[in-house]
Amino acid sequence: MNTEIIKVSHLEKKFGDHLVLKDIDFLANKGDVISIIGSSGSGKSTLLRCINLLEKPTSGSIYFHGNDIQSQGFSLTEYRSKVGMVFQSFNLFNNLSVLDNCIVGQQKVLKRSHKEAEEKAMDYLTKVGMSQYIHAKPKQISGGQKQRVAIARGLCMDPEVLLFDEPTSALDPEMVGEVMEVMRRLAISGLTMLVVTHEMSFARDVSNRVVFMDQGVIVEDTVPDEIFNNPKTERTREFLARMLQKN
Amino acid sequence: MPTSFFGWVVFFCKKYGVFFLRGAGNTLLISIISTILGFIIGLAVAVVRTVPIDEHDTKFRRIFYKVVQGIFVAYIEIFRGTPMIVQAMVIYYGSAELWGLDLSPFAAALLIVSVNTGAYMAEIARGGIISIDKGQTEAAQSIGMTHWQTMTTVILPQAIRNILPSIGNEFVVNIKDTSVLNVISVTELFFMSKSAAGTYMKYFEVFFITCVIYFVLTFTVTRLLLVIEKKIDGPDSFIIHGSQTTPEGIIEGIEEK
Ligand SMILES: Nc1ncnc2c1ncn2[C@@H]1O[C@H](COP(=O)(O)OP(=O)(O)OP(=O)(O)O)[C@@H](O)[C@H]1O
Ligand SMILES: [Mg+2]
Repeated sequence: MNTEIIKVSHLEKKFGDHLVLKDIDFLANKGDVISIIGSSGSGKSTLLRCINLLEKPTSGSIYFHGNDIQSQGFSLTEYRSKVGMVFQSFNLFNNLSVLDNCIVGQQKVLKRSHKEAEEKAMDYLTKVGMSQYIHAKPKQISGGQKQRVAIARGLCMDPEVLLFDEPTSALDPEMVGEVMEVMRRLAISGLTMLVVTHEMSFARDVSNRVVFMDQGVIVEDTVPDEIFNNPKTERTREFLARMLQKN
Repeated sequence: MPTSFFGWVVFFCKKYGVFFLRGAGNTLLISIISTILGFIIGLAVAVVRTVPIDEHDTKFRRIFYKVVQGIFVAYIEIFRGTPMIVQAMVIYYGSAELWGLDLSPFAAALLIVSVNTGAYMAEIARGGIISIDKGQTEAAQSIGMTHWQTMTTVILPQAIRNILPSIGNEFVVNIKDTSVLNVISVTELFFMSKSAAGTYMKYFEVFFITCVIYFVLTFTVTRLLLVIEKKIDGPDSFIIHGSQTTPEGIIEGIEEK
């Protein structure tokens, strides 16, 4: 049975006069792992940032379990704690240790006790292979390690959905693997994930749906097999050819 | 009576030692308290000035912030744009004349230096806040923190660390600039020196001693602040916790709902 978690309806976003998202309709069900692909500037990040309201949509609606997230009385902070985000540039809290990065949100937002928060943090940090580094400050660890901590920080909030905006694009090639591996395992575990990525292998092998965006429009939204073997439009074909050549 | 320069210096040190120390003590006390109060004022002003306001906020909120911002800008401009020596005269005599307040020179000194420092600190703190990468705020928001939580747990600790050198700078400036308070008869170091020198008409000798004391004060303070900065930064290395782990088979814990 499909449980709808996030529904985007007629979403439009303008920066000044620049129309960046045009009439976006989009649905994420529980357990979906959706790859969002498309060339630079096509609006992928903007779509993700609208979903957790880091950007305010110009028009259109976004529903979380059927509730309009922009309506009066909707608790934005509670919503955001359930929809986590992993950024391209990690954005770990620079003043806090690895462990505290994973604890602070649980304590401040979810009001968990320090003990409970620490246990949870240790649990996820172990799962992403970072338990040795709990006392390190972000500036003392590598990019791949930072991103794994950022993923653990997101997981600690027990999110229903985790949004990833090009989580491996800022990494040296040898570190991409360790982060992709963590994400692959998350996908298997059943977490709902929306992943903006240039990693075609993730899109093809891990996700159950691929969304191709071009110039602010969703051009295709289908299963990986379909989009990789039988792309409907010329633009999709060109983009995939370019991406697969690079890899 | 001594005959040489050093003879006089020794004479003043002996005869007025306690006097100098009291002056130096007051100078230090006023600058410490005022720097701290000024920092608190400045931080508060900066935090309010950096509250994000956009077209989605209610009209009342927007107008309220506009007015408050206006008041803060006026405060900063006025206190940075006039000499502290003049502010001292206006506030000390003005408070007596307008409101019949009978402030002691010492209380007036604290008020004047704090408010004056606050104006500079407000801009320093605002600079510190807006220099923190936007990604820090977004990450905090994305896990559901409120603006206030984001500020207190993520942004301000980093901003304050970054502006520590400027805070130290203000402290040193305050140690020196409290000397202008002699115009309202605050018994700080400069005032004490002037009294001592006047009695014997020996300005060079006395102010030589004064000069040394000021320098010792400011030099000690700058060294101390460096130590504090180091302390806040913590060790360069971190302790490895437990033994090596590799990412485990499947990441569970996504509770079935
Ligand atoms: N804050 C902003 N102000 C103005 N224009 C913006 C802003 N953010 C994004 N844009 C514009 O919106 C368009 C879409 O940007 P977006 O970052 O969503 O693209 P993207 O698909 O994520 O690209 P990339 O693969 O390079 O990350 C771009 O043309 C960009 O210049
Ligand atoms: Mg992007």
